[in-house]
Amino acid sequence: MALSRLSLRSTTFLKPSSLRRHVTTDTTPITIETAAPFTSHQCDPPSRSVETSSAEILSFFRDMARMRRMEIAADSLYKSKLIRGFCHLYDGQEALAVGMEAGITKKDAIITSYRDHCTFLGRGGELVDAFSELMGRMRGCSNGKGGSMHFYKKDACFYGGHGIVGAQIPLGCGLAFAQKYSKEENVSFVLYGDGAANQGQLFEALNIAALWDLPAILVCENNHYGMGTATWRSAKSPAYFKRGDYVPGLKVDGMDVLAVKQACKFAKEHALKNGPIILEMDTYRYHGHSMSDPGSTYRTRDEVSGVRQVRDPIERVRKLLLSHDIATEKELKDMEKEVRKEVDDAVAQAKESPVPEASELFTNMYVKDCGVESFGADRKELKVTLA
Amino acid sequence: MWGILGRRAVDGGFSASSLRRMRSGLVSARSYAAGSKEMTVRDALNSAIDEEMSADPKVFVMGEEVGQYQGAYKISKGLLEKYGPERVYDTPITEAGFTGIGVGAAYAGLKPVVEFMTFNFSMQAIDHIINSAAKSNYMSAGQINVPIVFRGPNGAAAGVGAQHSQCYAAWYASVPGLKVLAPYSAEDARGLLKAAIRDPDPVVFLENELLYGESFPISEEALDSSFCLPIGKAKIEREGKDVTITTFSKMVGFALKAAEKLAEEGISAEVINLRSIRPLDRATINASVRKTSRLVTVEEGFPQHGVCAEICASVVEESFSYLDAPVERIAGADVPMPYAANLERLALPQVEDIVRAAKRACFRSK
Repeated sequence: MALSRLSLRSTTFLKPSSLRRHVTTDTTPITIETAAPFTSHQCDPPSRSVETSSAEILSFFRDMARMRRMEIAADSLYKSKLIRGFCHLYDGQEALAVGMEAGITKKDAIITSYRDHCTFLGRGGELVDAFSELMGRMRGCSNGKGGSMHFYKKDACFYGGHGIVGAQIPLGCGLAFAQKYSKEENVSFVLYGDGAANQGQLFEALNIAALWDLPAILVCENNHYGMGTATWRSAKSPAYFKRGDYVPGLKVDGMDVLAVKQACKFAKEHALKNGPIILEMDTYRYHGHSMSDPGSTYRTRDEVSGVRQVRDPIERVRKLLLSHDIATEKELKDMEKEVRKEVDDAVAQAKESPVPEASELFTNMYVKDCGVESFGADRKELKVTLA
Repeated sequence: MWGILGRRAVDGGFSASSLRRMRSGLVSARSYAAGSKEMTVRDALNSAIDEEMSADPKVFVMGEEVGQYQGAYKISKGLLEKYGPERVYDTPITEAGFTGIGVGAAYAGLKPVVEFMTFNFSMQAIDHIINSAAKSNYMSAGQINVPIVFRGPNGAAAGVGAQHSQCYAAWYASVPGLKVLAPYSAEDARGLLKAAIRDPDPVVFLENELLYGESFPISEEALDSSFCLPIGKAKIEREGKDVTITTFSKMVGFALKAAEKLAEEGISAEVINLRSIRPLDRATINASVRKTSRLVTVEEGFPQHGVCAEICASVVEESFSYLDAPVERIAGADVPMPYAANLERLALPQVEDIVRAAKRACFRSK
C-alpha cells in the first residue's frame, strides 16, 4: 500500500518487512515542519513547512554521519601527530554544511573560514583528498600545499578555506559581484563565525553588496564562541541577523538540517531578486576552537553534553527517520558502520599516499612564470627558474 | 551631469593638447624624427586601460572616484562614459572591503583593475593583496588564480607629508606570488599596464603622481593596441661602461640627468630602468655590473630593507669578483617625509646625490 503524504504526527504502526517499501530511493515529496520558527528582520520569514523526501532525509543522515566520522578521525590523526599545525573541527555543525547543499546547486558559490573540512565534503570533495591534505600529501586537494585551512574545490564553486578571520566576507561578496557581472542566476554563500561578525570589512563589504545589489548571502555560523570568547563578551549586539541594519536577516536553528535547507533556499530566491541577506545559524561546535584548545576553559562540560543530548543534528534526523518509519534502527546503524568503514579506508589510503616531491616547493606560485627566479634557504644551493 | 565641462574623452592615442613639457633636462643619445609623437604618462595609462577593456569584457575598473569624477588623477578619464557603470565602479572609501571584493571577483574569473588613490591607502587592504591574492594560487595548488591588477600612485609627491608619501615597492616585491611593476616613461606605462591586465597573476602596478603629466616620445609600435612589454625585463635606458646605475620610476629621470653630468666629467654611466621590481631582472643588472665593475643603486623609498638592498645583495653574491668598488645605495632619507620644502628636498634623492655616489664608486673625489 502506498504511503500518502506524511504529516508531523508520526505513524507508529509497524509494517511487516515484506511489505516495507525500499525507502532509500523514495523521492516522493513529503513535508516536514521545522522544530522552531524562523525569526526575521526586515523581511517575511519563509514557511516552516519544508519540502523534502525520504531519500533526501536519509541522505542527510548519511552525509552528516560521514562528516562527523571524518572530524573524529581527524582528531585522532592530530593527536598521533599525523596532522600538524592548525586543525579546526566542525563536529556539531554538520547540519549547516548538509542543509545548505540541499537548498542550492553546485553552481552557487560557497566560501568559508578555516573550519572548512565539512564544507569541502558537502561540495563533493572526497574523503581521501581531505585526509591527504590534512596529512600533507600530494594526493591532497591542495597537493599538500594548503593544509587544513586551505581546502578548495573550484569545479564545485567552493572557493576555500581562509585563514584570516573575516577576509572571506569581502571575497565572497566579490564572488557574488562576478555572478551578477556575468549575468549568472547564481548566488554566493559567504560563511563566517560569530567572532568574525564584528570585523569592519564585513560592514564595508555588506555596504557595497547592498549598494550594488549583489546576490550575496552572508551566513553567520553562530556557534557562540569566537575561539575562547563567548558572544556576550565580544558583541554589544549578538543579534547577528539584525546587524545588517538595512539588510534583511533571518535567524535559523542551525542544528535542524531541514530548517537550514529551507533558509538557504529562501535566501537564494531573495538574493537573486533583492540583493544581500544575512542568515544567522544558531549552531554549536563540540570541539574547542582548534585541536590546541580543549574547549573546556570557557564553557562547562555540562553545556557541551547538554547540546549533544538535546540538539545534536544527527540524532534529530535519526529520530525523524525512525518516527516517520523511513528506516529502522538497524538500517541506520548499518549505515553508520558503512560510513565508518568509508572513513577508515580513506584514512588508510591517505596514510599510504606520498608526500609532495621537493620540486613542488616552487610550483604554483604563478600561472605565468615568465622566467621568474625563486630561491631555497641557501640561494647558492637551491635556485630555480620557474618555467 | 559629469560636472566637468569641456573635457574631451580620451579614446586611445595621445592628447594633442597635452602639455609638451620635455622630460626635464633629458638629452637622449637617440634623436627623434621631427614630428614624432609624444604622450603623457597619464594618457598612456588611460589608453592602456581603455584598450584592454575594449578587448576583454572581463576587465573592469574599480576604485574611489574612478568613474564620475573621471579619476582622482584623471587616469580613468572618459572610461565611465565609454563603457558605462557596469564596467567602471565608483566605490565607497572602504579599501579593505572593495579590495576584497575585487580579489573575490578575480577568484571567479573576472579581471579587475583596482585603483588605490595612493598606495598609502593600500595598507588598509594589504591583507587582501597578500593573503587573499598573492598566496592563493600556491595554497590551492593552482586551482584559484587571481588575475587582478592593483594600481595607483606610489611614493613621494610634492608636499603631501608623511602619511601620503611612502614607497611600497620593497614591501610588495618581497612577496612571492605577486608581480610588482614600476613604469617610468609613457611607453613603459602602456606596455607594462597592458601586460599586467592580461597577466593571470596578481600584479601591483606602482605609478608616480609626478610623472603623470610628463610627456615622452612614443613609437608607433607602442601605440599599437597589441603592444605589451615583457614582465621581468629591465631596460637599459642609456649605455655606459664605467658605472651601473639602477633605478625605477621617477628616479630614472634623475639617473639620466646624473649620467649627463657624469659624462661631462668623463664618467660613462649605464642607466638601467628596472621596470619590474618582482621579478627582478638580476641577469641584466649583473651583466651590466660585470661590464662596468661598479654599482650605484637608487630608489626613493626608505633605505632599510629596500629594493636597493636586494640589488646590492644580488650583485655582491653573483658578481663579487667583478666589483672594483663597494656597492653604493642612494635612497630616501631614513625619516618620515617632512612637509617643509627644504626638508622634503633633503629627504629625497637628488641628482647630485647620484652623481656623488657614482664618483665615489669611481674613486674620484669631489
